[in-house]
Amino acid sequence: MSAVQAAAKPESAQRVLSLYRQLLRQGSQFSAYNFREYARRRTRDAFRENKGVEDPRRVQELVQKGLKDLQMLKGVCGIQRQTVISQFYQSNRLVVEGGISGKDEAGHGETMRQKDTGWD
Amino acid sequence: MANLAPSVLRQASRLASRPSVSAAPRRGVAALSRAATATARSACKRCYVTQTRPDNAQVQVDTAIRLDRAELEKAGVTLDAQSGSTTHVSPMADVLKQAVKLDEGQRPIYLDMQATTPLDPRVLDAMLPYYTGVFGNPHSRTHAYGWESEHAVEQAREYIAALIGADPKEIIFTSGATESNNMSIKGVARFFGRSGKKKHVITSQTEHKCVLDSCRHLQDEGYEVTYLPVNSNGLIDLDQLKAAIRPDTALVSIMAVNNEIGVIQPMAEIGKICRENKVFFHTDAAQAVGKIPLDVNAMNVDLMSISSHKIYGPKGIGACYVRRRPRVRLEPIISGGGQERGLRSGTLAPALVVGFGEACRIAAEEIEYDHKRVKALSDRLLNGLLAMEHTNQNGDPNHFYPGCVNVSFAYVEGESLLMALKDIALSSGSACTSASLEPSYVLRALGNSDENAHSSIRFGIGRFTTEAEIDYVLKAVTERVGFLRELSPLWELVQEGVDLNTIEWTQH
Repeated sequence: MSAVQAAAKPESAQRVLSLYRQLLRQGSQFSAYNFREYARRRTRDAFRENKGVEDPRRVQELVQKGLKDLQMLKGVCGIQRQTVISQFYQSNRLVVEGGISGKDEAGHGETMRQKDTGWD
Repeated sequence: MANLAPSVLRQASRLASRPSVSAAPRRGVAALSRAATATARSACKRCYVTQTRPDNAQVQVDTAIRLDRAELEKAGVTLDAQSGSTTHVSPMADVLKQAVKLDEGQRPIYLDMQATTPLDPRVLDAMLPYYTGVFGNPHSRTHAYGWESEHAVEQAREYIAALIGADPKEIIFTSGATESNNMSIKGVARFFGRSGKKKHVITSQTEHKCVLDSCRHLQDEGYEVTYLPVNSNGLIDLDQLKAAIRPDTALVSIMAVNNEIGVIQPMAEIGKICRENKVFFHTDAAQAVGKIPLDVNAMNVDLMSISSHKIYGPKGIGACYVRRRPRVRLEPIISGGGQERGLRSGTLAPALVVGFGEACRIAAEEIEYDHKRVKALSDRLLNGLLAMEHTNQNGDPNHFYPGCVNVSFAYVEGESLLMALKDIALSSGSACTSASLEPSYVLRALGNSDENAHSSIRFGIGRFTTEAEIDYVLKAVTERVGFLRELSPLWELVQEGVDLNTIEWTQH
């Protein structure tokens, strides 16, 4: 990540950082455990994998790709897309969520579920 | 244990209020201790006081086997003393009965990625416009509604073709891999069998049911079919294949990745043999596309079946790759308006096609990342499972897709283990045969004994599987296999060092 910032212009570095933060934040809005974990992991891995990218054009490409993914999650003009759809049709939580203890806690930015919907 | 007491008391009060409590005190205790262990397992979590409905995909915590027997006995002992006391043991019990709480995880972990995969949110995002605004018939050529749908369909076709190294014109959309397999096998055999010259088809014993059944159907029509045996590692013998090819052979159908044991057949070698003998090569790549690199030209594949819902796409769509040069002629099963080069008539579903295309695009992009991750998780699972005693992996340990781990647990009945692992969605074999208790024909074809085939479980790992899930599964499987083995008299004999084969069982 830092190298992406270094390679790009200083204002672009801030944009990349903000993109990273937004992707992580939006990704953790998925109500389905597996998608939530995947979105966070994939974001982190993709940014880490490309941290050595120097070529400004490639950085531009990657940023565009990230923006597209963000748009998929978040939508445009504040109309949320996939994360909200995921919250419409929630199902029960997985046995593994909240660790092996099965404790249920809402972390930062997580949705706390009130009742089971979409199954009956 | 903090929360154990109230719920135990509640149970006790419920039981005590029953008139028959004195009639069956032992049974009452058993029920109590079961309930108590259920609570003990999830100690310090808040639980439903009102009973949960037995929904299909939800774990009945009460029925799942609990293994902390120390807790069980402890709870049982304390309960014994309490069950004889008054009806209202605790006023809290009645209050708790009415309480509403946040529900906890009751849905099983999904570890059956060979049966189907969840729909990727990115795929759903690509599909939604075609369910809402863009509804044109992609075959309508006279207006813009048709054009925009057609454009999307052709775009999807390109993505699918790119994934397998084909030309977009060679992709025929079908309803799924089963239809593609039927179309390829019956279509080629019927087209070339019409003149009476080529009436022979070769396949293997470990194929998917739909391939075997299509071949059975051809046999009824007067064709000859050779079912190649497989080695004990699940791979076919290339020399046997060479020997089986006859001058009147029309088609060889061998699957790329087996759906039960995950072995990868040597596609390139088979393709080469088929090309040399001028025989068409069909492969059922439903489990392979998007997971292992495939190239139809490098592998000399003439027909390939692809399924969408195995690669995080929507269900109800698949494709068949039909080579154009040299051209593969086949007789269509479905006739009609002549869509899809006349091979598969019927209006396409643009939303499904777009979803399928998007799934293929993502798969092509992520194949490396996914494979690395699936491999890491698979190694973690496999190492943990094989560290248990008397377990072994089915299929070739070097030539298998890591997302499909098939392990046999000796002296445990596979179906009973599946019941014990209610909090994990697993299967002992393909979903098509999961309703029957027959041992898997794939494992039988490997030369495994009935007992071995009965005690096998398939674990499917995919893009969305997490480390936490694998750890949970490892812990659960280890505990419950141990528990089931302790119940088994065979296991006792094995522990005493008795060779089971030497025992003469009395006949009934």
